[in-house]
Amino acid sequence: MNIVVCVKYVPDAQSERAFREQDKTVDRDAVDGLLSEVDEYAVEEALKIVEASEGEVTVLTVGPAQAADAIKKALQMGADKGVHVCDDAIHGSDAAATSLVLAEAIKKATDGSPELVLMGMTSTDGVMGVVPAMVAERLGMPQVTFASELTIEGGSLRARRDGDAASDTIEASLPALVSVTDQINEPRYPSFKGIMAAKKKPVEQWTLADLGVDAGAVGIDAAWTKVIDVAKRPPRAQGTIVKDEGDGGTKLAEFLAAGKFL
Amino acid sequence: MFELGADHQEFRALVREFAADQVAPHVATWDEQAYFPVELVPQLGDLGLFGLVVPEAFGGSLEHSDGGAFTSLCIAIEELGYVDQSIGITLSAGVGLGINPILTYGTPEQKERWLPDLVAGRALAGFGLTEPEAGSDAGGTRTRATLEGEQWVVNGSKAFITNSGTSITSVTTVTARTGVSADGKPEISAIMIPNGTAGFRVEPGYRKLGWHISDTHGLAFEDCRVPAENLLGERGAGFKQFLKTLDDGRIAISALALGCIRRMLDECVAYSSSRMAFGRPIAVNQGVSFPIADLAVMADTGTLLTYRAAWLKDEYEAGRRSVDEVKKAASVAKLYTSEAAMAATRIATQVFGGNGFMEEYPIARFYRDAKILEVGEGTSEVQRMVLGRLLGLPQA
Repeated sequence: MNIVVCVKYVPDAQSERAFREQDKTVDRDAVDGLLSEVDEYAVEEALKIVEASEGEVTVLTVGPAQAADAIKKALQMGADKGVHVCDDAIHGSDAAATSLVLAEAIKKATDGSPELVLMGMTSTDGVMGVVPAMVAERLGMPQVTFASELTIEGGSLRARRDGDAASDTIEASLPALVSVTDQINEPRYPSFKGIMAAKKKPVEQWTLADLGVDAGAVGIDAAWTKVIDVAKRPPRAQGTIVKDEGDGGTKLAEFLAAGKFL
Repeated sequence: MFELGADHQEFRALVREFAADQVAPHVATWDEQAYFPVELVPQLGDLGLFGLVVPEAFGGSLEHSDGGAFTSLCIAIEELGYVDQSIGITLSAGVGLGINPILTYGTPEQKERWLPDLVAGRALAGFGLTEPEAGSDAGGTRTRATLEGEQWVVNGSKAFITNSGTSITSVTTVTARTGVSADGKPEISAIMIPNGTAGFRVEPGYRKLGWHISDTHGLAFEDCRVPAENLLGERGAGFKQFLKTLDDGRIAISALALGCIRRMLDECVAYSSSRMAFGRPIAVNQGVSFPIADLAVMADTGTLLTYRAAWLKDEYEAGRRSVDEVKKAASVAKLYTSEAAMAATRIATQVFGGNGFMEEYPIARFYRDAKILEVGEGTSEVQRMVLGRLLGLPQA
């Protein structure tokens, strides 16, 4: 089975993020980025499926030039080839536009007949979690979101979705799109061989024109929502010091009660 | 010229990430319990660390290294050593002492039998040279192996043998006297003894000053019989073989010491910038900041010496440098970097003050671990001796 894994290059959560003054988007040049951690689980799951049977894993990303690093990491882990959709017009796209570009790229990468598409359940920067559903809708595929376990059997798949109160196991026909949680597996580290092999793996570079997507349908101006303002969170205020003058316990309880902790 | 290539830097980032995620959270506990994390070994194998200098036929990646295989190994040892010195030496000894002698001197059958498991991290191998009364003076070896029919009968004992007693140790190669050479000196040969062979006893682990996580044992052989074909390399070549093993090991120890220095530098910068005394971070005092500046000099010097030696070793393997150049660079790097590491841990414990003495902070562990760097793979004195010889100074 051939699998397309959609991955996202996100700012490193540990680095300080800056926003561009002109359009309030994250300044991607000012922060280090990496393959979104949740997407590593999708890559791992794809590799496991292919290793247990056969087929190829294609990693697809839509993002700026630096996003090539996300593809590289997935190739180092063992994916076979990469597709990087990179076009200045995509800058500032919202989830709906992103899903349009992804859907068209998936079609092109699979000659119009994808078998299985995997994604992380959400990006670690935007954290919306809607792109998998949108892409599935655009491709006319069953959407199986938040899978914590996945098995492929013949022409269908079975996935477990864990909720707070219960887990359901659902079945879907293939082709399908599945978004996975961080419970589904333990992503492998690349190996030395993987790092060296990745350098020789093919990565295609596509623009919107290659996909037949109208530049006016994506980007910041086509977005359905607009960021009006971005403000840094104010520094944390000084904590309250409860001085024990024999009644420290009472004061502490009162403080906690006032904050509705008790 | 003074920077590692992109491949090496990416590989460094991989080992660093692995060490931070999978090793760092556990080392304080492992150290306290003197626990050897046998479950970590296959993970190191999966990363490809045991196979960096090994051909693909045995599961390694030598052909993919663009001529920088030994440098990659040093990077891995340095990065593991940055997190914990014992884990660094486990890799260093696993490759340098476990895998290398078999790879270099083994017959096709010996390589086929032992290497794939060692490279995958499913097994470890030890190399038994040191004895209670013989170390760098390998000629003083007392362990004896006598050929009786088709078997070597081994008697004697070995001391301080790394990776020799783990639950996955498959074989230990030992040097033994197998007779007398034409020049009257003892004939030393290397013999492979599978762990579990009758008459081969692994003594309980040592109580050590440091390297608590590393597996170290004394070994005893009493009429231990192995097939004649377990001879590793040529009969009588054991001494020569072992000397070559040590050259590589010295560069590896230098890389390990470098990991220690870099860690001390990072720890001291962070601590002295946040630890307050008299209302200011302690780093504002030159008494604190100057020795930290010295740590930076040690880290840079250690880096240059270590990777020059590693590069020379890779160039030597490609036939472009002489063995004496490697030998000299290895001794210079090992001597400087190990002594600097010892000094660095002393500086760091001082910067940390009382907290440096507490096991709650990592500094104390590194302080205990550093001393052996000046001793293992040839003491500092032996390095100076080697250098004296290579400089052509008159010898006694």
